[in-house]
Amino acid sequence: MPDLGLEVLLKGKNLVRLLGGLWTALRISLLSVAISLPVGVVLGVLMTRNNRFVKALLRLYLEFIRIMPQMVLLFIVYFGSTRAFGWDVSGETASVVVFTLWGAAEMSDLVRGALTSIPRHQYESAEALGMSRLQTSIFIIIPQTVRRLIPLSINLVTRMIKTTSLILMIGVVEVLKVSQQIIEANRMSSPNAAFGVYLSVFLLYFLACWPISLLAGRLEKKWS
Amino acid sequence: MNWEFIIKYLPLNRKAAWLTLRLGLLGIALSTLIGLFCAAVRYYRIPVLHPLVRVYIEISRNTPLLIQLFFIYYGLPKIGIPTDPASCGVAGLSFLGGSYMAEAFRSGLESVEAIQTESAYALGMSRFQTLRFIILPQAAAVSVPAFMANVIFLLKETSVFSAVSLMDLMFTAKDLIGLYYKTTERLFLLVAFYLVILLPVSLLGTVLERRLRYAGSGT
Repeated sequence: MPDLGLEVLLKGKNLVRLLGGLWTALRISLLSVAISLPVGVVLGVLMTRNNRFVKALLRLYLEFIRIMPQMVLLFIVYFGSTRAFGWDVSGETASVVVFTLWGAAEMSDLVRGALTSIPRHQYESAEALGMSRLQTSIFIIIPQTVRRLIPLSINLVTRMIKTTSLILMIGVVEVLKVSQQIIEANRMSSPNAAFGVYLSVFLLYFLACWPISLLAGRLEKKWS
Repeated sequence: MNWEFIIKYLPLNRKAAWLTLRLGLLGIALSTLIGLFCAAVRYYRIPVLHPLVRVYIEISRNTPLLIQLFFIYYGLPKIGIPTDPASCGVAGLSFLGGSYMAEAFRSGLESVEAIQTESAYALGMSRFQTLRFIILPQAAAVSVPAFMANVIFLLKETSVFSAVSLMDLMFTAKDLIGLYYKTTERLFLLVAFYLVILLPVSLLGTVLERRLRYAGSGT
C-alpha cells in the first residue's frame, strides 16, 4: 500500500485546524445566504412589477453578475474597489459583499421564475371567488410560490458553499490555505501529505454539500 | 484610465483568453460526451453502470472545481499519477461538467412521457425511429437551454484554472496587478475579455431557447 499521507491529519491539531478552515468558508457562505435571500425576494418581486425603469436596471444588474465569473467579481471588489476608492476591505468582507451581490441576483431570478410560472387562471379564479388582492396573495400565490422556491433556494445554498472555495484566491485563510500550511509544515516528515490532505478537503466539501442537495431533491419530488 | 497600458497588454490578454477558450471548449466537449454517456446509462437503467454513474454525479456535483483541481494537480502525483497544468484543467472541468451535462440530458429525456414512446411503437416505428423522430426532438426543447446554461457555467468556471498555474485571464490579471499596480486598467481588460467570450454564448442561448420553444407547446 503506497504512503497516502493520511497520518498528517492525526498529528497535533491538524484535523481541528482543517475543520476550522472549512468553518471560515461555511460561515461566509451562510452569512451571504442569510443576507441575499431576503434581498433576492424583494428584487424578484420588483422584477415582476410593470415598472420599465426598475426592470431595466435590475435586468442589467442580474445579467452582469451572472455573466461574470465569481472570481472576477471578487477581484473587482477586493483589488479594484480598494484602489479606486482608497478604502480598506478585508478578504472576508469582500467575499461577503460579492457573494451577497451574487446570491441576491440568483435568488431574485428564482423568485421571478417562480412567480411568473404561476398560471394566470389562479389569479382569475381567486378573483372570481371574491377574494381581495391581499387574500389572493396570502392564500393562493405565496403558498404555491414558496413550494417552488424552497428546493431551488436550498440548491443555491450548496452553490454558495461550493463557490466560497474561491476566497482562497483573495487571501482568506480558509480550508485550502490551512491545507497548504499543513502540507508545507510536514514536507520532510510526510512528503505525500498533499494526497491525504486534499482528499480530506474534497470529502469534507462533499459531506457539507451532499446532505443539503439530498434535502433539496427530496422536497422537489415531494412538492412537484 | 491609462489607455497606453491597455493597448500594450492587449496581446498578452489575447493569448490568455485564447488559452481559456481552448481549454474551456475542450473541457466542454469532453463533458458533453461524458454527459451523453451518463444520461444514456441512467435513462436505459443499464445494470452495474447505473449505480456507478449515480455515485459519480453526486460526488461531482457536490464538490467545487477548485478542490477537484487541487486534488488532481497536487494530490494525484503523490501516488504516482503525473499531471501537467493543461491536462489537469481539462480533466477537472470534464469531471465537473460531465455530471451537469448528464443532468441536462437526462431531464430532457425524462420530460418525454411514456405515452409518446408507446404511441410511436403502436404506429410501427422502430426503436431508432422512435428515438430520432419522437424522443430526441421533444427532449431537446428541455435539454438545449440547460446545455447552454452549462456551457456558460463551465466557461466561467475556467477562471479557477489560474490556481494550478495556467496562464489564463485571471492569472495574467493577478500577475499584472502585482507588477504594475494598474488595477483599474487590468480589471477593465479582464471584464472586457470575459464579456467578449461570454456575451455571444449567452445571446446564442437565448436565441436557441426561443427557437425550440415550439416543441414544448403540446404540454
